[in-house]
Amino acid sequence: MPNVTFKHHDGTEETVSIDNGKSVMLGALTSNIDGIEAECGGSCMCATCHVYVDEAWMDKVPAMQILEEEMLEDTAAERKSNSRLSCQIEMSDALDGLVVTLPETQV
Amino acid sequence: MSADAGLVVIGASHAGHQIAVAARQAGYAEPIILLSDEDALPYQRPPLSKAYMMGKVDADGLIFRSREFFQDQDIDLRLGVSVAGIDREAKEVRCADGSVLPYTLLAIATGTRVRPLPVPGAHLDGVHYIRTLSDIDRIMAELEAVQNVVVIGGGFIGLEGAAALRQMGKEVAVVELADRFMARGVGVTVSSFFANHHREQGVDVYLQTGVSELTGEGGKVAGVSLSNGEVLKADLVIAGIGVIANQELAVEAGLDCDDGILVDENARTSDPSIFGAGDVTRFNSRFAPMSLRLESVQNATDQARAAGAAIAGAAKPYDSAPWFWSDQFDLKLQMTGITSGHDKEVMRGEPSAEGFSVFYFKGDTWLGTDTVNRPSDHISSRRLLDMGYALSAEEAADETLALKDVLKQARKAS
Repeated sequence: MPNVTFKHHDGTEETVSIDNGKSVMLGALTSNIDGIEAECGGSCMCATCHVYVDEAWMDKVPAMQILEEEMLEDTAAERKSNSRLSCQIEMSDALDGLVVTLPETQV
Repeated sequence: MSADAGLVVIGASHAGHQIAVAARQAGYAEPIILLSDEDALPYQRPPLSKAYMMGKVDADGLIFRSREFFQDQDIDLRLGVSVAGIDREAKEVRCADGSVLPYTLLAIATGTRVRPLPVPGAHLDGVHYIRTLSDIDRIMAELEAVQNVVVIGGGFIGLEGAAALRQMGKEVAVVELADRFMARGVGVTVSSFFANHHREQGVDVYLQTGVSELTGEGGKVAGVSLSNGEVLKADLVIAGIGVIANQELAVEAGLDCDDGILVDENARTSDPSIFGAGDVTRFNSRFAPMSLRLESVQNATDQARAAGAAIAGAAKPYDSAPWFWSDQFDLKLQMTGITSGHDKEVMRGEPSAEGFSVFYFKGDTWLGTDTVNRPSDHISSRRLLDMGYALSAEEAADETLALKDVLKQARKAS
């Protein structure tokens, strides 16, 4: 199973394994990673699973669809060029080692 | 035993679990007991009629939080516990198993239950509802042998179920009593667009049509008799004809109720020690002329946050614009505001899967917006409503004016 490292806003880090095919959002919730709300359950509706993808991984994560692009207009924390909704990043072996930073707030 | 009996939350779905989590996040330090009458860890309901039914996510993929999360938050989650009564004098919750839980503060988030089909044959095998994980598991267990599905009720749930089953290759018919789909939630343009889209995808659409009887063979449903005399073949029937607020515990305890437990902007009931949140509550809102009982994730989540904040003594009143969504086939329908009672629709774009928006007005007053595959308009509308912005029909109709720029200007001005 590929690993993902979550960097918290306070600087601490946690690395967890997430099944191939599952989203980073889901992996975070089931692994008890704090800092992801995911109010809509992965429907790309609420923008509360916002993460910043480590620059080194930006060209490896799946491309953004228009829906996600537009929902990112509504994040509670600052939107940056590496902002993504973690419900839309599906894990695969190609993403083993992925690093994402959690924003200060989701709501 | 702690001097303070703490908080007991009845119900652990979207609202209930969020009350517990929000109370902790807002600094509540007393014991919290979170009761669910289901056996599964608290889970997301929206994917049930969509991704879960289509096998795109499994049950693990529906949970809100791991069991460890509740432990870490010092939330005593108890599954499979039904509540029999509330004693407000003694400040105790009586469980069906005979146990008694004292409380200092109580929260009721018992949600709704499906309205049962009021026709002969409703008890037959193969007749289903969409509400809980086990409802969907029962449907999925039968699906392989199913060819013909009849969905009774053309509301959000019924249409999502119809779309999911059609995408799985089933023959699907939808029967709706009203003259259009989702009549309570959207305007005529959106209704007819969705009816056409379902037809194009091969769904048989019956409007202004009632169901008189379900017929069976050997105890299992085989047909649906319609008010027009037609009989539809059915191996599986799904009824989505609305829900009923689970307010009985509150009524019996003497709390003020009126098709929903009445709560204020801090989610407090008529008893200051008791809170309520989610589908089961009724409340006043600046977004509607009448009191509201909303069945939505947004309402459950935001109202539960207000309850959690008030429970922790850091009141943060619930005041956000209502929003809803529905996924059907390749269409994402997003709604914000309470638009019933509108007398004018203003369009952006033409009805097509490419995306369009409908702005609803009553007189000059903008009530809200429905968007189809146009999330940017949805988000901007939601935020403009939150701000109390008075969008004009001219602004709404002006395609050259990006709504997100209207929002930016409004934010600058405020």
